[in-house]
Amino acid sequence: MTVPEGRRIRTILVDDEDLARQVLREFLSAHPEIELVGECANGFEAVKFVAERKPDLVFLDIQMPKLDGFEVLELIGTGPAVIFVTAYDTFAIRAFEVHAVDYLLKPIGTSRFEAALERAKERLSGKLPPPPLPAIELAAAARPPQQYLDRIPVRDGASVFIIPVAKLDYAEAQDDYVALASQGKKHLKQQTISSLEASLDPSRFLRIHRSYVVNLERVSKIEPYGKDSHVAILSTGAQLPVSRAGHARLRAFLDR
Amino acid sequence: MHPILAQLRRLVFYLLGWIPLAGMLAYLLAVPGGLTWWQAGAVAFPLCLLYAFVCLAAWYPCLATPLERSSVPRFLVTHLVGAVAASALWLLVARTLGRMLSASRGFRGIDSRLSDDLPLLFGTGVLLYLLAVGFHYVLLAVEASRQAEARVMQASLLARDAELRALKAQVNPHFLFNSLNSISALTASDPPKAREMCVLLGDFLRRTLGLGEKPSIPLAEEMSLVHAFLAVEKIRYGDRLRMEEAIDPAALDAEVPPLLLQPLVENAVVHGVANLVEGGWIRLGAQRRNGLLEIAIENQFDPEAPPRRRSGVGLVNVRQRLEARYPGHASFLAAASGDRFRVALTLPVESDPVRAVVRNIPQEKIL
Repeated sequence: MTVPEGRRIRTILVDDEDLARQVLREFLSAHPEIELVGECANGFEAVKFVAERKPDLVFLDIQMPKLDGFEVLELIGTGPAVIFVTAYDTFAIRAFEVHAVDYLLKPIGTSRFEAALERAKERLSGKLPPPPLPAIELAAAARPPQQYLDRIPVRDGASVFIIPVAKLDYAEAQDDYVALASQGKKHLKQQTISSLEASLDPSRFLRIHRSYVVNLERVSKIEPYGKDSHVAILSTGAQLPVSRAGHARLRAFLDR
Repeated sequence: MHPILAQLRRLVFYLLGWIPLAGMLAYLLAVPGGLTWWQAGAVAFPLCLLYAFVCLAAWYPCLATPLERSSVPRFLVTHLVGAVAASALWLLVARTLGRMLSASRGFRGIDSRLSDDLPLLFGTGVLLYLLAVGFHYVLLAVEASRQAEARVMQASLLARDAELRALKAQVNPHFLFNSLNSISALTASDPPKAREMCVLLGDFLRRTLGLGEKPSIPLAEEMSLVHAFLAVEKIRYGDRLRMEEAIDPAALDAEVPPLLLQPLVENAVVHGVANLVEGGWIRLGAQRRNGLLEIAIENQFDPEAPPRRRSGVGLVNVRQRLEARYPGHASFLAAASGDRFRVALTLPVESDPVRAVVRNIPQEKIL
């Protein structure tokens, strides 16, 4: 997203602590080119606000009620420029460093703040390219090692659904999206199936086909299908194709 | 004390072990020795019972001649001299026994026949003694390995204790950075409040620094630490943080390990109140009952909160500290039900004898 010359940068602050927003508000007040259009105290509000009002710049705290900063970023996508704010999170900071994402550390100093804002402005004027990494990959990079997702946030317009991974039956690749089947519904999310697979616990989820990742707890039967392939029948009644490699993985898992 | 005489059970097993040896001696006396079976048994069993005790004496020369640090000549001389002396003593007793028995019916002439068997008895005595020497060396090796094991256990306990010390002296960096950020915000909008928060934060830090050194403090002191912590958090979270306390005044002077409750209250703030948009309550209760101090910390939380980006070290740490300090006498229970999380602890109070023993261990020893 770029901001045309002469228009003020529409900015929102997302942090559950009023005092933390207050510091940013104070720093931003010295910049007439910034228009503070909103403040959100939790992740749900932030996603809704971004979907409805489409701000240019978001200051985003990581630890918040409802949705954390990474989940918010996943759902708002790369539309607005984002500056992360955190107190102390070694894994997140490493991910920001590696992927050249702007971030501020609490307590926030003026010079560091000005530098981050300057970069954000350059991004918004098109002088700097946006961070090359999709939001989801950044979130994965910032996750502490050996920690798998235990829930998947999805967005439909301005509303957010949280799918606990235990309630995910399977995921199906659909072009640039994955369809997440859970409790009889399908939710679309912009993500590749490989990156979803990588963020799920491999002892609970298995890639049975180029286009399918299945929750192993849901698999009730595997039946031969045609000459060379198989089909997995889930306890929900869904039937998923199993590729040859997928069948080998499934066998290896079941034999364990 | 001799390891076998130290326990009646061991002595019984040892003496049972001599029964086959006595049987062998009876066989020797009867078949090559020319005694009747009845006579051989009557001589062999008392003699072996006595010799069983004589052979226990081999423990002391074994102790004085450790296998790995003694020269071969010294080893041989010590045990051969021991064997000859023990066997000679045995012969003396055997002859006396023979004389006494020869007076009774059925044993007539046993003394002269025993005299003929003396070389046989002597050889057996030496062999049995040397067998006992071997047995004692095995005992020593077992004892040594058991001690080594105990040392390893002790070392790991000490290491864990040191680790716990380090942990309890640690202030959560999140708390510190967020508090500094709040102060930074207040310096512009409300300078007196900023100053107040500096003082509260300083007060809390000073208390935690001092407390890490002490083995235990009264609950009242721990509670004032908790209050110092909450005073800082209250400025950050405002009305979102609601604390309720129900503390039995009789519990206030009970001694507790320092920084036992503060991490639990911090947990309740970080994983409970902080994740609730409207905030929530934390309830802390403490009472004394039957020589135990019972503490419960309950808080509201959002079961659908974002995944924790930090592991819950606080709970594990408190549980481990209680286990290490009051093994088998403290309990720790943490459980969520619905939107409430509850941690319940019980620990023995000061007057409890178990506690007194624990407190009597000098701190230098633990370090």
